[in-house]
Amino acid sequence: MASPVEQFKLKSLVPFELGGVDLSYTTSSLWMTITVVGVTAFLTLSMRGGRLVPGRWQSMAEMSYEFIANMIRENVGAEGRKYFPFIFTLFMFILVGNLVGMIPFSYTFTSQIIVTFAMAVTIFIGVTVIGLVRHGLHFFSLFVPSGTPLILAPLLIPIEIISYFVRPVSLSVRLFANMMAGHTMMKVFGTFTAMLGLLGAAPIVLLVALTGFEIMVAVLQAYVFTVLTCLYLNDAIHLH
Amino acid sequence: MPDEKEEKSVKIEELDERIRSMRRDVSNNSVHKTKGELPPSLAGIAARAGVELVAGVAVGAGAGYGLDLWLNSSPWMLIVCFILGAAAGMMNVYRAVNGMGMSVGYGNTRAKTDLKREE
Repeated sequence: MASPVEQFKLKSLVPFELGGVDLSYTTSSLWMTITVVGVTAFLTLSMRGGRLVPGRWQSMAEMSYEFIANMIRENVGAEGRKYFPFIFTLFMFILVGNLVGMIPFSYTFTSQIIVTFAMAVTIFIGVTVIGLVRHGLHFFSLFVPSGTPLILAPLLIPIEIISYFVRPVSLSVRLFANMMAGHTMMKVFGTFTAMLGLLGAAPIVLLVALTGFEIMVAVLQAYVFTVLTCLYLNDAIHLH
Repeated sequence: MPDEKEEKSVKIEELDERIRSMRRDVSNNSVHKTKGELPPSLAGIAARAGVELVAGVAVGAGAGYGLDLWLNSSPWMLIVCFILGAAAGMMNVYRAVNGMGMSVGYGNTRAKTDLKREE
């Protein structure tokens, strides 16, 4: 019986090495490509008609657009509008990546810590640079909570600095852990079903519920990742 | 017919006014409603809180270990940073659970609670 974590193993499809670094095209890359192509196709094909009264597909595309536009307006404000392309891309990439991972025999690239960590670090560095460019050295006042008594500052500033550097870690670990745990759990229950024979009907009931739950987690985690990006952006733009 | 013309210009002015007020609404909304919190799903908050706590401790301990290697001060920086990291983790959990978003510092939080109180 296959181990429940075997699904996360990367297979290299097109072996490729550059200067001793393994740059193979793997299953993970394949599903990332599928996600990007899927999102692009979804958005361009559904908006091709561009009717005043939208059909089903156009409605879906418009809904996802408005969802992110509202999220940015509520969390970042008017200045956040110019970051819409990045945040929208991020959301669609994670959302579709998570959902595509729910298809049997597919691969969930968001269950790889390096993928989520790379995204989180990009956001972290980007947000820090935006803050530095907008506010210059004043940006570092972020680490001094307003109204701090001077005596407490030596204690609070290191805590704030650490809590700033926690951001990329918690952001990436949250998405990765949720996706990995969920898929492992589904595999475990799937294995129960296979092993129990006729009695396997019992775990199937649970598996159905778990699948629904996983789809919810996939959407929720994409949302959480994007909202947190917005909040970080807001911090950098408005300080406090 | 002058009447019609006047009517038209009045209508256009009304339209202008409406557009202006809508623009104002949009930009007012942008200056933070008291939102910015995560979905009120308890499971989401619980999951976040756990990750936040662990990540705080992990980053603190990692930073302490790194500083120890650099400054040759083993184990003092590890101990100090571990505790600071745990504090940072708890603070983040506190912020997450209170629906204050993830802003570092209290400024935002205070403004938000003041707004809520005023409401």
